[in-house]
Amino acid sequence: MSQPTVIEAKNLSLTFETNDGPVQALQGIDLTIKKGEFVSFIGPSGCGKTTFLRVMADLETPTGGEISVNGMTPEEARMKRAYGYVFQAAGLYPWRTIAGNIRLPLEIMGYSKAEQATRVKEVLELVHLDGVENKFPWQLSGGMQQRASIARALSFDADLLLMDEPFGALDEIVRDHLNEQLLELWAATNKTICFVTHSIPEAVYLSTKIVVMSPRPGRIIDIIESSLPKERPLDIRESAEFLDIAHRVREGLRAGHGDD
Amino acid sequence: MWQKFGPVVTIVLAIFVLWYVMAVVMNTNWAYDKAKRADVELGFSELVADTWSQKKPRLPAPHQVVVELWNTTVMKAITSKRSLVFHAWITLSSTLMGFAMGTVLGILLAIGIVHNKAMNLSVMPWVIASQTIPILAIAPMIIVVLNAVGISGLVPKSVISMYLSFFPIVVGMVKGLRAPDAMQMDQMRTWNASKWTTLWALRWPSSVPYLFPSLKIGVAAALVGAIVAELPTGAVRGLGARLLAGSYYGQTIQIWSALLMAATLAASLVMILGRIEKYTLRKMGQSQGATR
Repeated sequence: MSQPTVIEAKNLSLTFETNDGPVQALQGIDLTIKKGEFVSFIGPSGCGKTTFLRVMADLETPTGGEISVNGMTPEEARMKRAYGYVFQAAGLYPWRTIAGNIRLPLEIMGYSKAEQATRVKEVLELVHLDGVENKFPWQLSGGMQQRASIARALSFDADLLLMDEPFGALDEIVRDHLNEQLLELWAATNKTICFVTHSIPEAVYLSTKIVVMSPRPGRIIDIIESSLPKERPLDIRESAEFLDIAHRVREGLRAGHGDD
Repeated sequence: MWQKFGPVVTIVLAIFVLWYVMAVVMNTNWAYDKAKRADVELGFSELVADTWSQKKPRLPAPHQVVVELWNTTVMKAITSKRSLVFHAWITLSSTLMGFAMGTVLGILLAIGIVHNKAMNLSVMPWVIASQTIPILAIAPMIIVVLNAVGISGLVPKSVISMYLSFFPIVVGMVKGLRAPDAMQMDQMRTWNASKWTTLWALRWPSSVPYLFPSLKIGVAAALVGAIVAELPTGAVRGLGARLLAGSYYGQTIQIWSALLMAATLAASLVMILGRIEKYTLRKMGQSQGATR
């Protein structure tokens, strides 16, 4: 791959000081993510997958090693608004309409009114939410709210999308649907996506690269380059290749657990 | 209709019944006294009639207060010194001014406390301490001190109103401005939003549901402050002055009508704020959420 590097972590570690003594959340993380990749982070709770994502976003500060985002420190990248971050909950403001919510980062970043309007329209179409601009969040289903929050993260010019279990709170059927749409969206925008998940099928279905992590201390067990084609209908999940990759992920997770 | 007003009407009726009974009980001695001096024997119905119509009763009957209210509001020009509307306006004007100052002060303090660690640690204890001082003790001092620097009239009274009303607003707004959760604050950080952007876009709207209850308490406190400010200062105008004059001359009917006027004023102010609250929350798409 000759694509430019987006994320580069070298021997990255992070230790939280808690009342019960230090907790090693991340240890010896080495990872390179190229532009246009779809990378899933999978592992049990406490394996540091969310923490790693938060380090990329400059929401946590590593205590050792190096990390760069687009060749800059995470802080510089954050200042330059280099990424959109989608949290587990949609986190839409109840006092703003859907369009108002998507407009919020654009207002903060000082886009012109006209630019704001066109961008809001664009991203709403991208996540198939056109027509609900003037609704308030509570008038939408959970899945639609999460789509709106993805639209919000896409609305400004960040070519990196960080997603922290965005579909974790949704039911299986809605989740399948959103996974399909996310792939579509990824193909259409050519963004780099880092995606934290608990679900093996979700990770395998979505990713070009799967990072398997293990807890205490949080570390990378396995990095799997997916051999699945870029075009992925939902029934690819029954193919032998898919099941092979899923099996390898499961093995990795089991190996990680064997340590304690 | 009955569902909505039934309970209220029942309670009001009960209060009136109790009031009339207590008027008889409390004014009986004076009625017997008068009868004794006039050398008349009092029957029960005459006794009741007398206790409900004395000139300076210990406890005036409701209808006496209503008549006094009618005579001092509708029947008097509002510019007259005997008009209760005139006195109510005097008190209301310093209430509103003090409430406005208290609201601004309360909100500014809350913003400071939320954003500044030093202020968080240093200001809050003083805010709480300020409310433990009896207002009756500090009111004359405020008036004297402000008078010494040449400020008199409306402002000193408003300052006392402010002193009472800023407290609930600080407490409510500190809670309100801290209402956004960690995720919402992180979200703002990912957009590299400044403190002030976070304040107007996230903290301020989040605090609105906390602001209105504080305002309601604050406005009632401001009214108490304005009345208290009129008591120890020899003011001749305002509801507080009416109360004081009433107690000097044993004009219980006047005291009670001033009290009722003050209560009505407070209820109206709180009600107006309630309306504004409802309207604002609906505008912010929140009341539908609650009644979904």
